[in-house]
Amino acid sequence: MKTKIHPLARILAPAVRLLTGVQVRWLGCAPENRQRIYFANHSSHLDFVVLWSALPANVRANTRPVAARDYWQSGFRSFLAQRVFRAVLVDRGIGSQGANAEHARKKRFEVIEQLALSLGESESLIFFPEGTRGSGEAVAEFKSGLYHLAKRRPDVELVPAYLENLNRILPKGEVLVVPLLSMLTFGAPLRVEEGESKVQFLHRSREALCSLRRKASTA
Amino acid sequence: MSSLPDFFRKYLRADHYDHQLLLLFGGVTVLLIVASVIGVILAGRAKSDSARAVIANLNARTKAWWKMSAIFGFTLLAGRNGTLIFFMLLSFLALREYVTLVPTRRGDHRTLFWTFFIITPLQYYLIAIDWYGLFAVLIPAFAFVFIPARIALAGDTEHFLERAAKIQFGLMICAYCLSHAPALLILKIPNYEGRDATLLLYFVLVDQMSDVLQYVWGKLLGRRKIAPEVSPNKTWEGFIGGVLTATLLGALLSWATPFTRLQGAGMSLSITLMGFLGGLVMSAIKRDAGVKDFGAMIEGHGGILDRIDSLCFAAPVFFHLTRYCFVR
Repeated sequence: MKTKIHPLARILAPAVRLLTGVQVRWLGCAPENRQRIYFANHSSHLDFVVLWSALPANVRANTRPVAARDYWQSGFRSFLAQRVFRAVLVDRGIGSQGANAEHARKKRFEVIEQLALSLGESESLIFFPEGTRGSGEAVAEFKSGLYHLAKRRPDVELVPAYLENLNRILPKGEVLVVPLLSMLTFGAPLRVEEGESKVQFLHRSREALCSLRRKASTA
Repeated sequence: MSSLPDFFRKYLRADHYDHQLLLLFGGVTVLLIVASVIGVILAGRAKSDSARAVIANLNARTKAWWKMSAIFGFTLLAGRNGTLIFFMLLSFLALREYVTLVPTRRGDHRTLFWTFFIITPLQYYLIAIDWYGLFAVLIPAFAFVFIPARIALAGDTEHFLERAAKIQFGLMICAYCLSHAPALLILKIPNYEGRDATLLLYFVLVDQMSDVLQYVWGKLLGRRKIAPEVSPNKTWEGFIGGVLTATLLGALLSWATPFTRLQGAGMSLSITLMGFLGGLVMSAIKRDAGVKDFGAMIEGHGGILDRIDSLCFAAPVFFHLTRYCFVR
């Protein structure tokens, strides 16, 4: 496929970089065009847009954000998600309690399968393992999705990406943007080790992400 | 179709510049050429790694000076509104760097939105419509009561006084103080009509040359540190050498101003001293926040606020000295 970059995407990426003044640091790896899952902390609607716009254009063309279907489903959002960002829309909020436990497990399995397939042979993903946006003060415990996806596609590198200050630029529940400066730090790639348990891996990957934090950003 | 000279004649509005302005710019250009040549010579001579690093930074600074001078030059020639928009953008970018560094909380979001998008542009709009009375009190009086009120309405009382004070301080430095530089354009100085852009250039030139000269004297002779806990690069030798030479420069350039040579020296002395204090205060803020620079926008210099800290402190004093002594 040659024509997968939407014209709007070419304008949007520099505009977002200007708005959020993002300073990008590649500490643990270089911005190469290889298959990766970038996993990041999540505190703002701007998060994936900033990460996406901070990638070099040729890498960006092969990188798709994972987003919640319920939010990005309708109207203009749907156009942005599907045509401009080429987002992979997934179902979320699948409960695990009660009588539907079996059904929920099956649904979760389907989502992982969908993500694994969307990686294909050349695509990368932007993934938020906390599952939902936080206040930006602390990184929440990871949901198990990252582990299952990593097990399903062991050939793909997992790259931690720490986003700073976006919770101050566009916090949860806010519609007005205050254009402060943000920072994005990429860490060293990691994979699920031989014999590593789910809990161990999720703990280790979360630590890898948190260690990229430069400073306390709130009072 | 109009020819290129026609375009420039239209763009460079004759009522906003005069020969003095062009002469000052000519001087700046000559100075930059000299600095660039010296940079090339020094780069060839540097032996040790540390010397090479200093020279590389010096040359990055000179390169950035070329760009900044060109941008500022076109801004001044574009007339009053162009100059106001330029300084408003500077305020905006400086405020952005400042607030990024200062801890604020979720409850400050709307207050910050007001400071960025309403109060700061309004401050410059008041200059544009020549409303001096409100320009002088908008931020120290009205924003001063508005900011804590807006934070209180948001409901978060944690570190309340600190947050209100920090936002007000940033607004004072980045918007209020800085706006006094382009406000020179609305001063009606007798026998100096239509030349206010030249006065603004004179002010910026003396202020920035004072920074440069303090840096140069400090690098050449600097031994005794003035305030090692605040700014390790500031030395008595650099300070005294910079203040004396910048004051001399200001006196020699007084032909471009409404001042006599002696008055020009006095005005320049106030610019350089205030500029020095501005750099010192902003260094203290950076030291407290644990960073070296406010940003990384200007190569070799750091952020916008690192470059204009002296301007912010010198502008209100220069403006009011000029207004009190020369506007009747």
